[in-house]
Amino acid sequence: MVRNQAKERAGRRRVGMAGIAALLSPGIALAAREWNLQPPVTTIAQQQNDLHVFIFWICVVIFIAVFGVMFYSIFRHRKSVGHVPAQFHENTLVEIVWTVVPFLILLFMAFPATKTILAMKDTSAPDMTVKITGYQWKWGYDYLQDGFGFYSSLKTPLAQIENREPKGENYLLEVDNPLVVPVDAKVRLLITADDVIHAWWVPAFGVKQDAIPGFVRDTWFKAEKPGVYRGQCAELCGKEHGFMPIVVEVKTKAEYATWVAAQKAKVAAAADDPAKVWDLRDLVARGEKVYAANCVACHQASGKGVAGAFPALDGSKVVNGPVAEQRALVLNGKQGTAMASFRQLSDTDIAAVITYTRNSWGNKTGEAEQPAAVLAARK
Amino acid sequence: MSSIPHDHVAGHDHAHDHRPSGIARWLTTTNHKDIGTMYLIFSFAMFLVGGCMALTIRAELFQPGLQVVHPEFFNSMTTLHGLIMVFGAIMPAAVGFANWMIPMLIGAPDMAFARMNNWSFWLLPPAAILLVTSLFVPGGAAAAGWTLYPPLTIQAGMGTDLTIFAVHIMGASSIMGSINIITTILNLRAPGMTLMKMPMFCWTWLITAYLLIAVMPVLAGAVTMLLTDRHFGTSFFNAAGGGDPVLFQHIFWFFGHPEVYIIILPAFGIISEIIPVFSRKPLFGYASMVYATAGIAILSFIVWAHHMFTTGMPLAGTLFFMYATMLIAVPTGVKVFNWLATMWKGAMTFETPMLFAVGFLFLFTMGGFTGLVLAIMPIDVQLQDTYYVVAHFHYVMVAGSLFAFFSGAYYWLPKWTGTMYDEKIGQLHFWTSFVTFNITFFPMHFLGLAGMPRRIPDYAQQFADWNLVASVGAFGFGLSQLIFLWAVIKCATGSGAKAPAKPWEGGTSLEWTLPSPAPYHTFETPPVVK
Repeated sequence: MVRNQAKERAGRRRVGMAGIAALLSPGIALAAREWNLQPPVTTIAQQQNDLHVFIFWICVVIFIAVFGVMFYSIFRHRKSVGHVPAQFHENTLVEIVWTVVPFLILLFMAFPATKTILAMKDTSAPDMTVKITGYQWKWGYDYLQDGFGFYSSLKTPLAQIENREPKGENYLLEVDNPLVVPVDAKVRLLITADDVIHAWWVPAFGVKQDAIPGFVRDTWFKAEKPGVYRGQCAELCGKEHGFMPIVVEVKTKAEYATWVAAQKAKVAAAADDPAKVWDLRDLVARGEKVYAANCVACHQASGKGVAGAFPALDGSKVVNGPVAEQRALVLNGKQGTAMASFRQLSDTDIAAVITYTRNSWGNKTGEAEQPAAVLAARK
Repeated sequence: MSSIPHDHVAGHDHAHDHRPSGIARWLTTTNHKDIGTMYLIFSFAMFLVGGCMALTIRAELFQPGLQVVHPEFFNSMTTLHGLIMVFGAIMPAAVGFANWMIPMLIGAPDMAFARMNNWSFWLLPPAAILLVTSLFVPGGAAAAGWTLYPPLTIQAGMGTDLTIFAVHIMGASSIMGSINIITTILNLRAPGMTLMKMPMFCWTWLITAYLLIAVMPVLAGAVTMLLTDRHFGTSFFNAAGGGDPVLFQHIFWFFGHPEVYIIILPAFGIISEIIPVFSRKPLFGYASMVYATAGIAILSFIVWAHHMFTTGMPLAGTLFFMYATMLIAVPTGVKVFNWLATMWKGAMTFETPMLFAVGFLFLFTMGGFTGLVLAIMPIDVQLQDTYYVVAHFHYVMVAGSLFAFFSGAYYWLPKWTGTMYDEKIGQLHFWTSFVTFNITFFPMHFLGLAGMPRRIPDYAQQFADWNLVASVGAFGFGLSQLIFLWAVIKCATGSGAKAPAKPWEGGTSLEWTLPSPAPYHTFETPPVVK
């Protein structure tokens, strides 16, 4: 009944609402009004949906019974219709009944729920394993059996978030590199985090698992339909918490094999030779990309940082001072601040981003940091 | 409300009734009525501050995209909104009701420890100042959510330290208030008033006070560990130093779940006073109400990890906490059924206190249903940290506790001020609150089911419509609360009909034997209860 009321209410509202929505943001599609769990593509998500429907209807029945009694009483047992108050104030039988009956209803609910939990917790015999790491503010995926991995960050341009451009169809739910898995394979996820607690959540799979720094938790899913499925980080993890979505592409087995082969080839090609000597212009060009993927959230595209929270790089003493100090800071981070270690980036990427910051905005050192120097500093 | 009339009733005029005037009276008072008044004014002021923060949140969420505030400031708003509403508004309001009403309901002259009573109130304003000024320190206010989970809390600036100190101070205040309430109830009851004859409000507060004493030190311990992790090199919650971030969640929720009942039990007590009076019929199942309240309190200590179903607990832990959580539905159901049975075959009238009580019953039960849905762990995995949870706890805290406190305020305002509140204003306040509350929070169930996480400043397009509806409702709800302020000011300034000693036909408890407004000192000679 709750839902029916809501549907009616929503139906009545539809006309007016659509009008308001059209006025405010013509870009919003009609799908802007979702009200139930997303369509499941795993057995677990299906069972969660079924449980929700089951318990929802039990609640509806109890709701009608309890409030039927209450409203009957409100309309019939009121002073204004001349009802004379009875004076009873206890009835042992009734009190026992309304203690025992709810208990039995609960048993009835607990049984299917327990069965689903047993299935959810069974991470044994997976077909493949992916390690997921939460970072402020992106996800890292490592394909443990195939020996490659990558980062997955928000792709929505800042201009859309700041309302300077119309918002796209998958606004805030699109990433540069989605997690790719084969259909009908039991995928075991090993989930952890690098800095603070995050939570990896894809509603269509029925999976939500906190990513806890220093600990590895596991869960699993087996997607039954190829497609693209979207979720979000579900544990508050700082200022960009709302901007680290999750996208999973479920491919057919053949497509997946092709994709894995391509990934492996790309990894081989991208393995930079740290001995290579780069010229300034190439380093700056590459550094700009590294900066946009890793640094821009705090230090900003303008290099001005955020006053009081994240220091400016433009005009910074470290960035314009001796390069060794900046190299150590990027490699090791700074304890007690949001500046994390970026050791996971390649020598070439670190050299490039250092060069970029030293030769951008008002900074004009003219120095080109070489990957070999970064490699040496790692030791 | 600050102008409690000073007239004395014959037989109650005493040589020791010399009190300073002006601000000194309020700073030094040890009178339970003065202190109750200060608690209630303080909590309403904090309610407005926390409400403005809620409206900032709703303004940002009115449309997709960032329009009003930056994400960091948004996070500070959600954090402070939660802390201020829980520790600054709801809990002090409950203590305000306890101060005003417990001595009058049990026939006591005052609270047991009058000076400690003064101190437990005056600790609160400094705590509030710490919380509010933390917005203006470098790095901004705490922004890790009211639950203050590490490691995120460890990263934040000094605003978080101010928040930790504020929590310490408010905890100390709560513990002192609780000691006072327990001692008052156990020692100062009028002759003949056995425990099982006490008004339900005193029973629910007695149990609440024990819960507070049990869990506030746990919270103090948790935030102290945060403080030492932040500044003194400990690693309670840092895996790299041998600690565990999830340990904080266990400690926090061992406090946090009983806290939920600390917030709702005094509200249950108020509702149990009001429904019988306006049904003109005794409370149904008094003894089972007492046992149900105690049962809820005991269960509240063994369900905490249902807030942590997605941390990846072992199977046995998951099952235990799910079953224990589901069990809470039994005593809670007993209470709802008892209230319904009290109304059944009564002779009801629907003045504002009763309207809020029925509104409470209806909406709190909805919050109970969503609580049951969330207790089922496989469903909780989908709904945890979404707007469904936000809807759930606002149904039990706003439509639950807050509506019960409005109900109690309208019920006792005539006794407090000697002036009847304006019934038309009261009814307007109820209906606007009831309607706008549902416009605000009902759509949040849909948002959560459809997959919108909580604590995000911007959202995907499919969530746009319901967010717009919720924001419109929120501004309506916020404005509706000014109607309450208007009603109270009218009473406090004496503009309205003069209240008789017993304005409610069905009233049977001891406060209605006193004149309205209640004299400054009451029951110095204890009444005899048969």
